[in-house]
Amino acid sequence: MRIHCPHCGTRDHTEFSYGGDATVTRPPLEDGDIDRWHAAVFLRPNPKGIHREYWHHALGCRSWLIVERDTLTHRISATRLAGSDEGAGS
Amino acid sequence: MKRYSGISVLREALRGNAGWTRAWRDPDPKPHYDVIVVGSGHGLATAYYLAKEHGIRNVAVLEKGWLGGGNIGRNTTIIRSNYMIDGNTRFYELSLKLWEGLSHDLNFNAMVSHRGIINLAHNQAQVNALVRRGNIMRLNGIDAEIIDREEVRRRAPVLDFSSEARFPIVGGLWQGRAGTVRHDAVAWGFARAASALGVDIVQNCEVVGFLKDDAGRIVGVETTRGPIRAGKVALAVAGHSGHLAAKAGLTLPIETHILQAFVSEPLKPLLDCVVTYGAGHFYISQTDKGGMLFGGDLDGFNSYGQRGALSVAEDVATMGKALMPSLSRVRIVRQWAGVMDMSMDGSPIICKGPLDGLYLNCGWCYGGFKATPASGYTFAWTIARDEPHEVSARFTLDRFRRGEAIDEKGAGPTPGLH
Repeated sequence: MRIHCPHCGTRDHTEFSYGGDATVTRPPLEDGDIDRWHAAVFLRPNPKGIHREYWHHALGCRSWLIVERDTLTHRISATRLAGSDEGAGS
Repeated sequence: MKRYSGISVLREALRGNAGWTRAWRDPDPKPHYDVIVVGSGHGLATAYYLAKEHGIRNVAVLEKGWLGGGNIGRNTTIIRSNYMIDGNTRFYELSLKLWEGLSHDLNFNAMVSHRGIINLAHNQAQVNALVRRGNIMRLNGIDAEIIDREEVRRRAPVLDFSSEARFPIVGGLWQGRAGTVRHDAVAWGFARAASALGVDIVQNCEVVGFLKDDAGRIVGVETTRGPIRAGKVALAVAGHSGHLAAKAGLTLPIETHILQAFVSEPLKPLLDCVVTYGAGHFYISQTDKGGMLFGGDLDGFNSYGQRGALSVAEDVATMGKALMPSLSRVRIVRQWAGVMDMSMDGSPIICKGPLDGLYLNCGWCYGGFKATPASGYTFAWTIARDEPHEVSARFTLDRFRRGEAIDEKGAGPTPGLH
């Protein structure tokens, strides 16, 4: 599997470390609701198909990326820098 | 069902083996069952114990592919009960005890081999950790023995005991009752015995949705072979638990990951016990056919693809060579991957609900094979009695919400790290 890093170009996935589901949002720290924290820490949609996920280019530019990848075929349909809305193509 | 025995083998040998019959029936699904079990790994064991222990025989096991094609045929065949966290210890010991009598119980030779397992230690801290684990096991009535370097060498001389070993072997924890089982025979044995008790095993029947009544209770499943109604629906679908639960509107504390395994060309007897490496995630045994059977880490990211990346194959081979240098000249002839239901604490879930009419058996991570009999036994109990068996009572779905995770490794809620 190869991942397109917006800074470094297309690199083997072994240069990256996996950061898990990118659709999960943590509640703010002052939120005391157990259901929202339970969902954020433990529950995962775990789709068989398109999965939006974090990858860290640990052996490259060290950027965090958000990758859309099919969990059955491993085909990557979109990659962008985490924290930005700019599409970087696939 | 014709009983298998030494006499039947002799009789058939004299008659040209023409008298053997099919081991299990291949029925079309009926429109209604008391219990539907989805998945034919732990599901077969569940159906068998439902029929045998609880007299519930109007049961269907639905398998989306062929019997034995899921994780029950994709593992490294190891059985053991060297766990130390409350909730796990007694459960896996029950499983090992069920393995001990399984072939006689099923009248099918599952080739249960108590060849023993060595967990290796490569430094004093690891010895201390294994002593602690061994003591906890013994206090729970499970066999465990600390062995020193010379005893490890005596039991497994093929490991690297040279002065060049990158991680010298200091000692290990020995569990003599652990071992291996012929995995396909487990599926076949449970299928034959369950079928004989009246269980319908329906292959090529994929569940694509759930039938609910007006009150929201699950009353059956929609399948590729039509709708089938049932009093109770039980899921035991390993890596596809999250996928199927989503069709019922549930989100589980599970991520699906892939785990690879490898088998070499057949060799003459080289290693007669199971060995786990202490300096990396690597485990190895030799099959009865002679192949060296080994595996290592998960590929490391969510996947339902039943294959694996070469990078992990290389990693596993490297660890294998560091532990057992002679492996470097052995050819790998087969590689495969199974999809694992990695739970948030590394421990399974066996429970009723949370939807009415639905029962869950999932979260086995990559330790599901050894659990097959106890998983089936306790899940059948839960389905039949609507209450947990005492040995599996801690494997609840809501333990995460209540802060009662059973985290054997202490890795926290990152499924890929368990």
